[in-house]
Amino acid sequence: MTIEATALPIVPEGGALAALRRRLRERDLPIVSFVVLLLVIVAALGGVALAPHDPNGLDLGNAFRPPFWAEKGSFIYLLGTDNLGRDILSRIIAGARVSLMVAAYAIVFSGGVGGLLGIISGYFGGVVDAVIMRLVDIQLSIPPLALALVMAAVLGADFNTVIIIIVVTYWTWYARIVRSEILSLRSRDYVALAKVAGCGTATIFARHLLPNVMNMLLVLATLQIGQVIIFEASLSFLGLGIQAPDVSWGLMLADARNYLTTAWWAITMPGVAIMLACLSSNMVGDWLRDTFDPKRRQL
Amino acid sequence: MLGYLLRRLAQGLLSIVGASIVIFVISRLSGDPIVLLLPSEAPPALIEQVRHDMGLAEPVWRQYLIFAGKALGGDFGNSYRWQAPALSLVLDRLPATIQLAFAGLAFSILLAVPFGVLSAVYRGSWFDTFGKGFAMLGQAMPNFWVGLLLILVFAIHLDWLPAYGHGTLAHLVMPAIALGWYPVAAQTRIVRSAMLDVLDSDYIRMGRAVGNPEWLLVWKYALRNAAIPLVTVLGVYFAAMLGGAFIVETVFAWPGVGRMVVEAVFSRDFPVVQAGVLLTSVLFVGANLLVDLSYGIIDPRIRYDH
Repeated sequence: MTIEATALPIVPEGGALAALRRRLRERDLPIVSFVVLLLVIVAALGGVALAPHDPNGLDLGNAFRPPFWAEKGSFIYLLGTDNLGRDILSRIIAGARVSLMVAAYAIVFSGGVGGLLGIISGYFGGVVDAVIMRLVDIQLSIPPLALALVMAAVLGADFNTVIIIIVVTYWTWYARIVRSEILSLRSRDYVALAKVAGCGTATIFARHLLPNVMNMLLVLATLQIGQVIIFEASLSFLGLGIQAPDVSWGLMLADARNYLTTAWWAITMPGVAIMLACLSSNMVGDWLRDTFDPKRRQL
Repeated sequence: MLGYLLRRLAQGLLSIVGASIVIFVISRLSGDPIVLLLPSEAPPALIEQVRHDMGLAEPVWRQYLIFAGKALGGDFGNSYRWQAPALSLVLDRLPATIQLAFAGLAFSILLAVPFGVLSAVYRGSWFDTFGKGFAMLGQAMPNFWVGLLLILVFAIHLDWLPAYGHGTLAHLVMPAIALGWYPVAAQTRIVRSAMLDVLDSDYIRMGRAVGNPEWLLVWKYALRNAAIPLVTVLGVYFAAMLGGAFIVETVFAWPGVGRMVVEAVFSRDFPVVQAGVLLTSVLFVGANLLVDLSYGIIDPRIRYDH
């Protein structure tokens, strides 16, 4: 038996893309989840253009139409209408855009801030690490929704506040997980070699540490989508998130709560949208995690 | 052991002090409570007078020290809205929140333990698959939506339970389910993986070999050890229940701390917001601390030496 001198090729055969493609084939894809997630993304990108009706178009003559399969339902309003005759399907499509935009901004910023602080904390250790980790402790000692309430009260409820609240809540998540990974990476030979070879700290971060935590960041980000969607819906439901005339799934539920006895579909449909979006992104996230790192099934 | 205890206690205190700074600074970032408190045509002299009386004219860090000093003595100031001490208002609401949090936790455990045990015993069976699917579903449903659906089905259509309010056991059922729904998935997973480990251990095989009935092995001997990981994280879940209570209480008009704080946010009643959020944080930290300290009691194999 021969032992290969270069057991781990630094550049995978056929380039990184081919390696990724090989890995994607290893486990069976959760096809349904991918399709649902894709639908949500298409709805978000298409927005109003895809909606059969104007999401904010009032039509009191057609108020409280049930979905098409129910008695008195019609195919014009597939999922029914609300108290003002607004088409629920159109509003769900419009809400997809808000949900995914909040998720995108929130994930990029909380992943960026948390990831960077995690790398710094893990790489430098000592006082820097202690300070950052105490900040994490403080952050974790306030229930997320409680902190959100304080911030919404002060900053006023709007799109930007929602993003800030989510970033402040979730950066700790990235920081802690990335830190623990960096702790095991920083003592590796190639980091020491890079230092000896005269690489600056920035180069070591960008060339040697970041690529190694990139997979994990991607998995964390995908798993965060569902949580962010629920968090935004909760804030909007309380009246502390997205405000009318913007449409959000949480806001739709807050409205529908007022006529719960009249229109069961108005409370059901937006919730189903939230559930499907979360379920599909969670399953895709789980799959990505298993694919990238089979050791980390319980992350 | 004593050193560990003191260190954890100090860490907990530091977290609470930090939390109080964060809450204080945020609530002073912008927005002048005077504007809400006095009519817009109030004379400037009166505005200055009230500002001075309330200590709002001092620099922010001095305001914080004054705030912290008073808070230690239980004085968060009077609620702008109710003209009563904020802390006592919040404390009046605390029992209802604790009650709800315990009920939610109880519900999640009642579901998670049998689910987890059966998923482990019948690993790979349809039940295991069903459990996994159920768990994924649970984590994708916002607790307030679960609450609204429960109201829709059990209060409006079936008329079995009261839709909102507080007082009898019947009032507690739906809020507890809405609150306890979310952690079921994670708890089931904890019990399942612990059961898988324990069922594979020597003492269970030994017990089987000497002819103990299978139900006794699973539900008594194995579960006793497999429950340890769940018990040790119960404090974390209790804390999560307190956090979730903010929104579930609003859905069910439950007279707890969470709903009071949500209402206070809308009227910019800072003393109540501060007292409520800080009280929740203290409970949050306290619950986590108790968990850390209880490891050794629940599982004597764990030592605190390092």
